[in-house]
Amino acid sequence: MTVGIVGYGACLPRHRIKVEEIAKVWGADAPSCKKGLELREKSVPALDQDVITLAVEAARNALARAPMVDPQDIGAIYIGSESHPYAVKPSGTTLAEAIGATPNCHVADFEFACKAGSEGMFVAHGLVKAGLIKYGMGIGADTSQGAPGDALEYSASAGAAAFIFGADNLIATLDFTHSYMTDTPDFWRREGMNYPQHGGRFTGEPAYFKHTIGATEAILKKSGMKPKDFAFAVFHQPNGKFPMRVGKMLGFAREQIEVGWLVPTLGNTYSGASPLGLSAVLDVAQPGDKIMMCSYGSGSGSDSFIYTVTERIKDVQNLAPKTRWMLDNDPIYLEYGEYAKFRHKILKAEE
Amino acid sequence: MRDVAIIGVGMNKKWGELWEMSMRDIFVEAALNAIDNAGVDHIDSMYVGCMSGGLFTGQEHVGAVMADYLGQCPVPATRVESACASGGAAVRAGFMEVASGMSDIVLVSGVEKMNDVSGDEATYALATASDQEWEAFSGVTFPGLYAMMAVAHMHKYGTTIEQLAAVAVKNHANGAMNPRAQYPMKITVDTVLNSVLVADPLHILDCSPITDGAAAAILCPAGRAKQLAKNGAPVKILASTQASDTIAYHSRSDLTSIESTVRAAAAAYKMANKKPDQIDTFEVHDCFTIAELMVMEALGLSEKGKSGPAVQAGQTAIGGRTPINTSGGLKSKGHPVGATGVAQIVEVVEQLRGDSGPRQVKNAKVGLTQNMGGTGASSVVHILEVM
Repeated sequence: MTVGIVGYGACLPRHRIKVEEIAKVWGADAPSCKKGLELREKSVPALDQDVITLAVEAARNALARAPMVDPQDIGAIYIGSESHPYAVKPSGTTLAEAIGATPNCHVADFEFACKAGSEGMFVAHGLVKAGLIKYGMGIGADTSQGAPGDALEYSASAGAAAFIFGADNLIATLDFTHSYMTDTPDFWRREGMNYPQHGGRFTGEPAYFKHTIGATEAILKKSGMKPKDFAFAVFHQPNGKFPMRVGKMLGFAREQIEVGWLVPTLGNTYSGASPLGLSAVLDVAQPGDKIMMCSYGSGSGSDSFIYTVTERIKDVQNLAPKTRWMLDNDPIYLEYGEYAKFRHKILKAEE
Repeated sequence: MRDVAIIGVGMNKKWGELWEMSMRDIFVEAALNAIDNAGVDHIDSMYVGCMSGGLFTGQEHVGAVMADYLGQCPVPATRVESACASGGAAVRAGFMEVASGMSDIVLVSGVEKMNDVSGDEATYALATASDQEWEAFSGVTFPGLYAMMAVAHMHKYGTTIEQLAAVAVKNHANGAMNPRAQYPMKITVDTVLNSVLVADPLHILDCSPITDGAAAAILCPAGRAKQLAKNGAPVKILASTQASDTIAYHSRSDLTSIESTVRAAAAAYKMANKKPDQIDTFEVHDCFTIAELMVMEALGLSEKGKSGPAVQAGQTAIGGRTPINTSGGLKSKGHPVGATGVAQIVEVVEQLRGDSGPRQVKNAKVGLTQNMGGTGASSVVHILEVM
């Protein structure tokens, strides 16, 4: 049975903060921060936006691109995030209710640092492929945490992308998957901690690069394909540099990566990062295009996927807002004080 | 006192961020390479230079740990600490043990595993080599202290940031020919001046990196060296000297001179009966570019205040009158603090044996190493000559 993507959708907050605005507060050198991270600004969730609201809007956009899908036929919904609003109480139940998928639906919230979203996609696809459900939804969504003054504060941002997997009306077939993981603790947030800790440069070579390269090389071998066979490649994008560097190391050209390379003005949407990159690619893809996607989650692991775009893509691209449009269209820039309020960093007296 | 020779040297295949290796793994690889290079079947004693096993990895009692994992228990094994001069001090301790007749075959080594902590924690650990009560307590770290040294030198002698950068450019050019170097890439003066400013006037490319690495050498009585050495000519230690200075930089009478190096060098020249112009190659402690300039002056390789122009004129390049840091120095090869002083010995021994490949100094017979702790509160100098 050929299984693939039936519908996809994204949601990005409208608010942004520039690297200069954050650097000014901490006395950091903005040009070197921008150069070091290849990042200029990042999205900021509004006061009433969280993982659930972002994921619901992304899911609704995915359904808008899959008008034939009855939400009651969605047999599984998985939201991957590092910032589920509740430690105990699922995000997925609220989302399932909001899109009309209750009650006969398997729902779980996933966590695997920044690859939780692609995990949801991986599992939803697998259940459809096994014939257990008709449609399954995998969502990556985050309102990412970065401690004030930490390097992560320049990049940790917000956004969501949702994908409906099925076996009919496909806009892209999912041809190959591969998952690659080891016990590599490069980034973590323990119970009760407000912000993650990370291993500095350890997050690079032995963590991000080892796993993205491992997953990509494995799927290339499995598929018998080469980098030049792809129209687009999307890698997890914690900053601007890493995806471009790993792409080059693997033999992909900058032009193959650029379309899904949202991070310079979006920031790192953690679980949403590579799914959002894929959504931006699907917005412009042509029938027959091959797409490589590879996530990365600290801890560590990568999921890789190879898609082939179908003729149907042209029918659905304009049925919901496009990702790049949401990114570029009329952003509202915040000062650091407003940002601190939006991110609930200001403690107010009890009313 | 007996004459002492070096009959074997070893390092890791490559220095850098050795994520897959623990401190003991790093040490054992370098030590075994030195033992193999010497071709000896046992050692009588060992010294391990290590600045801060405790703060970097939580491991103290480093001498015994390394003897254990090298399979050398029950030989006497002592850790030597003298901040970034720990390696040089370990070589000197081994030298004295062999010279005294207490032992015949001694392993001298250095190791540091610095990347298991964050950059902030590493900076803190390194800052413990400054004066805790007067410097570190006030928040000063080593980039700040060496920046002050640079400013003092610039103010007094008109040294420029381009001259500082020229040191980094030269050392990276050498390191690009060293397969063990952590950052073996060529850079330009513009690259240095456009890199991130760390502590004005020092840019990040004026600073040596944080490195995991180890180095080792085998010492024996010079009288037995030719009989024992299996791989390469023995190298005699003509001089091993050390001097100290005030721990706090602000207590120095001259902020533009590293007096501990001046004194250790003077003693070494006397002990070796050599003058600077009789020495063919130098490895010096370029933890920051300004350090190499000030050390050149302390070693008598340039007049006071003239070291910057001398570097720009190529005096210290390979092929120049006084080649300095043919290995790439701390700047390009890397600076695992406890290992650096021993690695300088490794480079000079290989130069004197003619084993340095594309970075070989022609007809090198005599070499000098200068290893320094803190802002120069400790300096260790060795002069070596091929036998």
